[in-house]
Amino acid sequence: MARIESEIGAPKGGLIKWIDDRFPLTKVIKEHATEYYGPKNFNFWYFFGVLGFFVLVIQLVTGIFLTMSYKPSAAEAFASVEYIMRDVEFGWLIRYMHSTGASAFFIVVYLHMYRAMLYGSYKKPRELVWIIGMLIFYVLMAEAFAGYLLPWGQMSYWGAQVIISLFGAIPVIGDTLVEYIRGDYSISDITLNRFFALHVIALPLVLIALVFVHIVALHKVGSGNPDGNEIKDHKGPDGVPLDGVAFHPYDTSKDLVAIIVFLIFFCAVVFFAPEMGGYFLEYANFDPANIRVTPEHIQPAWYFTPYYAMLRAVPDKLLGAMTMAAGVVLPLFLPWLDRSRVKSIRYRGWLYKLALAIFTISFLVLAWLGTQPATGIFVMMARVFTILYFGFFLLMPYYTVIDKTKPVPERVVWHG
Amino acid sequence: MDRSGSFVKVLLSMLLLACASTLAAKDSAIEMLPANNNVGDTASLQRGARNFMNYCSGCHSAKYVRFNRMGRDLGLTEDQLIENLMFNAETPHDTIQRTMRDDDATRWFGNPPPDLSVVPRSRGINYVFNFLQSFYVDPDSPTGVDNILLHGTSMPNILWELQGYQKAIFVEHAVEGGGGTELVFERFEPISEGSMSADEFQSFVRDTVNFLDYMSEPVQLRRRAIGIWVLMFLGVFLILAVMLKKQIWKDIS
Repeated sequence: MARIESEIGAPKGGLIKWIDDRFPLTKVIKEHATEYYGPKNFNFWYFFGVLGFFVLVIQLVTGIFLTMSYKPSAAEAFASVEYIMRDVEFGWLIRYMHSTGASAFFIVVYLHMYRAMLYGSYKKPRELVWIIGMLIFYVLMAEAFAGYLLPWGQMSYWGAQVIISLFGAIPVIGDTLVEYIRGDYSISDITLNRFFALHVIALPLVLIALVFVHIVALHKVGSGNPDGNEIKDHKGPDGVPLDGVAFHPYDTSKDLVAIIVFLIFFCAVVFFAPEMGGYFLEYANFDPANIRVTPEHIQPAWYFTPYYAMLRAVPDKLLGAMTMAAGVVLPLFLPWLDRSRVKSIRYRGWLYKLALAIFTISFLVLAWLGTQPATGIFVMMARVFTILYFGFFLLMPYYTVIDKTKPVPERVVWHG
Repeated sequence: MDRSGSFVKVLLSMLLLACASTLAAKDSAIEMLPANNNVGDTASLQRGARNFMNYCSGCHSAKYVRFNRMGRDLGLTEDQLIENLMFNAETPHDTIQRTMRDDDATRWFGNPPPDLSVVPRSRGINYVFNFLQSFYVDPDSPTGVDNILLHGTSMPNILWELQGYQKAIFVEHAVEGGGGTELVFERFEPISEGSMSADEFQSFVRDTVNFLDYMSEPVQLRRRAIGIWVLMFLGVFLILAVMLKKQIWKDIS
């Protein structure tokens, strides 16, 4: 540490100076690591940003290795995955890391988004950070959906069939649009090939670009904290926030602990329960795709099931698809729906706490309903919880205004 | 293993099936016996491989499974492989192909018999274990048998010599919440004796599905063995990381 500081602080010579004269190396390291100050009172919920980045790296690296042995053709895809599982040295590990990583990505991202709802991270001045983050979420959904087709199992095939056919509900252009997406009259070799292109090139490029912009925007405004005040409001004579700590080495050493704890859970799944009871790898997907045999029970991967339940709650296909789309898009507007004067749940009144609790339960119940058959009582439940889900967002401008908030402390609450 | 309690086991299993059948409609899920197989039992896997090559591989391929890899995992030498298991393969690095020709398969069964490389992972090992024991005589079926777990299956009961034939007893139940009755499976009753006792037959099937379980993911034992070391490493790494974090943060007040 000390050595690095003296090198950065002192007049430089040699290689570092040579680079600095041509590229802002030292400047970037200072601005974004050693002299980027984050609040010292980050709690558990603030780990999921760095964990999301970590999972992204896992997915990129394992994805590259999978691509070396995977064959994106209807005739060979399923066999090539089994080839990876059996004949490629440690191919099974790479594949399980990638399949577990997909689910881990959504767990981490959902918790990251939930953090924002707990502590009002989307509120001024971080609206753009939130919007870029939501765009990341949308691209991630597309990325996961495209990737799910690649093993070319029964659920890959029929899950894609169901979801792509939703675009057919759009009036006038629907059927043409579906053909454009599939590139064929049904899901076929052509669809698999283009989904492969999207999954390994187009969407990852967009994802990486958006993650970069997400972090740039965050570093412009600075991180929020569980108290919802701004550490930039109280700076010492040296211009350093009094409640801030440098990203490196303070947050990095803390994040390292989080990454290892995450890895313990991650590896427990990879090595001991890679199918995760049929949620991370669905049982039906071990049957090769067969256009002539429709599985009894088609459901998307678990991370889409809340929205899938919303889709099935509405009897009309077009309205159902619109409800689902609205359910996905609505959180984008949180910065303007939330009219509360405070950010953090710590200083909000019971009204918001109740609303957030209802939202949380609704989301979890909808996730579960999406895995159940859409019959009788389940459809009724899906309707009730879909309404509650929408109520949380659409009524927000009202209940956040009348909610009795508590005074926010000037400085962060810190228990050493 | 002690086999003396076989009657009690059969009785219990029938009781279980009976209980289940009162709840389940004819085509819905039937309570299944647990396979209780152990992929770590190499002797069982060797017997299972023998069973598979003798009884299954005529019609079913396991086209992702290589003989030499299987030999290594099952503790067999190349000579043992060639002499005992490779009936229709040229070299040890071949995969397990069925003997039956494709056009024959389609002509005889409608659909070619499925590849068995990953079947336990889609259906579950208990399903396969119960399926192989659930054939019953049905004179209306072209093969003379049907299966309680998969009605209208085109698979004949290839293990009849070992198991003997059995018939299924159905009882009439009133359809819940509606008029009429439906036939509900209650239990099996043996018609003829096989060359094996009920117990011997069940362990024969258990060895066979154990081998199927192994084939569905040959690396599974090694996966768990490596996993333990990975978790222990992470445990130690965690302690060091926590100490490092505390050291770095000690001056923050």
